[in-house]
Amino acid sequence: MGTHSKYGYLSPLTDKASKSALHYVKEWFYTTDAKRIGVMYTLFGLMMGFLGGVLSILIRLELVQAGPDFMNAEFYATLPGMHASLMIFFFIIPLFTGVGNFIVPVQVGAPDMAFPKLNLVGFWLLPPAALMAISSYFLTAPGFGWTGYPPLSNSIYSPQLGADLWIMAVIIVGTSSTMAAVNFLATVFNMRCKNMTFFQMPLFTWSVVVTSFLILASTPVLTSALLMLQLERTFPGAFQFFAPEGGGDPILYQHLFWFYSHPAVYIMILPGFGMINEIIPTFSRKPIFGYAVMAWSMAAIAVLGFVVWAHHMFTTGIALKVRVGFMFLTMLIAVPTGIKIFSWLATLWGGSLKFDTPMLYSLGFLAMFTIGGLSGVVLASVPVDIELHDTYYVVAHIHYVLVAGSVMTIFAGLYYWFPKMTGRMYNEMLGKVHFWLTAIFINVTFFGMHYMGVKGMPRRYFDYDPQFEMLNVVSSVGSFVLFAAQFIWVFNFLWSLKYGKEVGKNPWKDGTHLEWHTTSPPQHHNFPEPPVWTPIVRHHGPHREADELTEPVPAE
Amino acid sequence: MATHQATEAAPNTGAESLGVTNGKIGMWTFLVMDAMTFAGFLAGYARLRWSPESGWPNPYTEFGVIGIQLTAFNTFVLICSSVSMVHVLSETIRGNMDRARKWMLATIIGGLIFVGIQGYEWTHLILDKWPYLVGGEGVDYNTNFASTFLSLTGFHGLHVSVGVIYNLIIYLGMKRGKIGKHNSSIIEIAGLYWHFVDLIWILVFTFVYLI
Repeated sequence: MGTHSKYGYLSPLTDKASKSALHYVKEWFYTTDAKRIGVMYTLFGLMMGFLGGVLSILIRLELVQAGPDFMNAEFYATLPGMHASLMIFFFIIPLFTGVGNFIVPVQVGAPDMAFPKLNLVGFWLLPPAALMAISSYFLTAPGFGWTGYPPLSNSIYSPQLGADLWIMAVIIVGTSSTMAAVNFLATVFNMRCKNMTFFQMPLFTWSVVVTSFLILASTPVLTSALLMLQLERTFPGAFQFFAPEGGGDPILYQHLFWFYSHPAVYIMILPGFGMINEIIPTFSRKPIFGYAVMAWSMAAIAVLGFVVWAHHMFTTGIALKVRVGFMFLTMLIAVPTGIKIFSWLATLWGGSLKFDTPMLYSLGFLAMFTIGGLSGVVLASVPVDIELHDTYYVVAHIHYVLVAGSVMTIFAGLYYWFPKMTGRMYNEMLGKVHFWLTAIFINVTFFGMHYMGVKGMPRRYFDYDPQFEMLNVVSSVGSFVLFAAQFIWVFNFLWSLKYGKEVGKNPWKDGTHLEWHTTSPPQHHNFPEPPVWTPIVRHHGPHREADELTEPVPAE
Repeated sequence: MATHQATEAAPNTGAESLGVTNGKIGMWTFLVMDAMTFAGFLAGYARLRWSPESGWPNPYTEFGVIGIQLTAFNTFVLICSSVSMVHVLSETIRGNMDRARKWMLATIIGGLIFVGIQGYEWTHLILDKWPYLVGGEGVDYNTNFASTFLSLTGFHGLHVSVGVIYNLIIYLGMKRGKIGKHNSSIIEIAGLYWHFVDLIWILVFTFVYLI
């Protein structure tokens, strides 16, 4: 291995003489370095998040006032589904994969992922899939929402090519994420550095492991459902799985779909939990409270996540006994989630807190995710769900979980690891402004939706009763500001990339895991020598001094 | 500065914490995933079949002139190819590469016979039994039966075909001396895939043909 430049993995791999811009681009596009692939995943996810955001702004523009305003109903019908698909399949899930790609090998002390080439293939499946999904806008986009329920999505009711493109795109994304999951599991199981046992692994790595198991067990089921749907669309009359007139069962699709898509909400939040598990101890200057319980509760959430899918189907006429069973199991998930919330609070308790931007995002997440969790318990109740099903209450719930949950943790993680990824510090002032605008306007946008839902405003509708106009205006204005506020963050990161203060190995001073023991940014292959982990004794005194932190001992 | 070669040269120098190769863990996790894909198709089959109004035909009698015996023979061929795959690995570990290659050839031929018979069966079923699939005359037939049959056996047949190509690549590697005793884990991993495909076939055969 060569000498290390201060630009780490960002520096060109070849000598300066043969370096051209095109060559440098190729070095990135063909790279097998997990950190570079992680950065590509992250940038791709953010771009898709931006597109998904634009679609949501179109939705909110249309809903500013009752009646048709800017678009026709057919076009509007494509928006919620495509917004959700982009945000879920192309933004949140790839973004967590990206951060995982960057951080997990470093945290376990491995030089790279177990299958670097598979890693690259997994990433490069995403852009074509995204193109397929987006290009359906030029070929009449599907208007059946992100769930693609048949018979609405079969060839009779959605004959357009856009629907086929959407289905294939989702299958490809699923393939990509299973590739990443296989890679993460092999990396974490088999490439941990010396002395690092499973229960010495950082909790972010734990969360990626649990998420990978979720992906492995659930994504293929969605693939099988979508393959069946696609067969039924392509060969109508020959294949009959879901069409009721052919003896098929549309509810079967819902079972298969939610067998993936319910665990998918944990795929979208567990890595976020993992990030919070890293950030809160660092900025409380205390070890995490209940490390083992934190790990086991993630596993419990994952297991329970598989047995609750039918709570999305309470109104489909499945037997009451079945519904009650699923209601009970769904409510049970609040137990391990509650354990996590209280463990975070216990970690904060008595710590010497620092309120840097990642910490602010973590605290904002704690407060607002709890709201999302509580409205989830409300929806878990069968009679209440029958009342609230497909209303804006569900929209409020999902956005409190995914925006105030996943997206806040993504920001927390990106701020937290920004100095590690780039070697420079972001602007703290702008970060705080970004946090406060985001936190406030998430609530302005989504809180009123609870009320709209309880009053009976249905979701995915193009028009609404004028009584909801005031709340919709508030929500729309909130969403515009929320969207605009993100440009502060874009500016901050771009500006800091060039002008930010250069940082050392451990800019937060209190980071304990292996990523804080290598250079910022890390070199190719992460460590100059294979690290040896010194097990942490997790005691819960008032706080730990920076100089008490454990350090990996270089191998002899 | 690190050279390009340094990045490309096997970066997996990390300790193998579990004492097995990464490839083996990768294949096992992949197989878990693949099993779940089949589980989705089987769940679809189960739901469509065991509903009160399904009117499922008796598969044992429905396969007509070729009968279920042909598929039973095919199952036997596939299981035999699993046995020969075991021999490939054991001969490789002993260092008898000549014999290992012959066993691998037998495995590949077994896979080809399986796919061939399945192709014959499909042709027969589609042309004689389900002509509406290819735009022929509509017949009064249980389309759910045809759908689940074709999707399950088709998806499995795809797996066997991939496996044959996979084994062929390994065979060529053995012939060129690139795969041998020193890296027998490559064969072990291919064997995992092949045995898995056979195992799934037992399930598919039981569900679709026998029950």
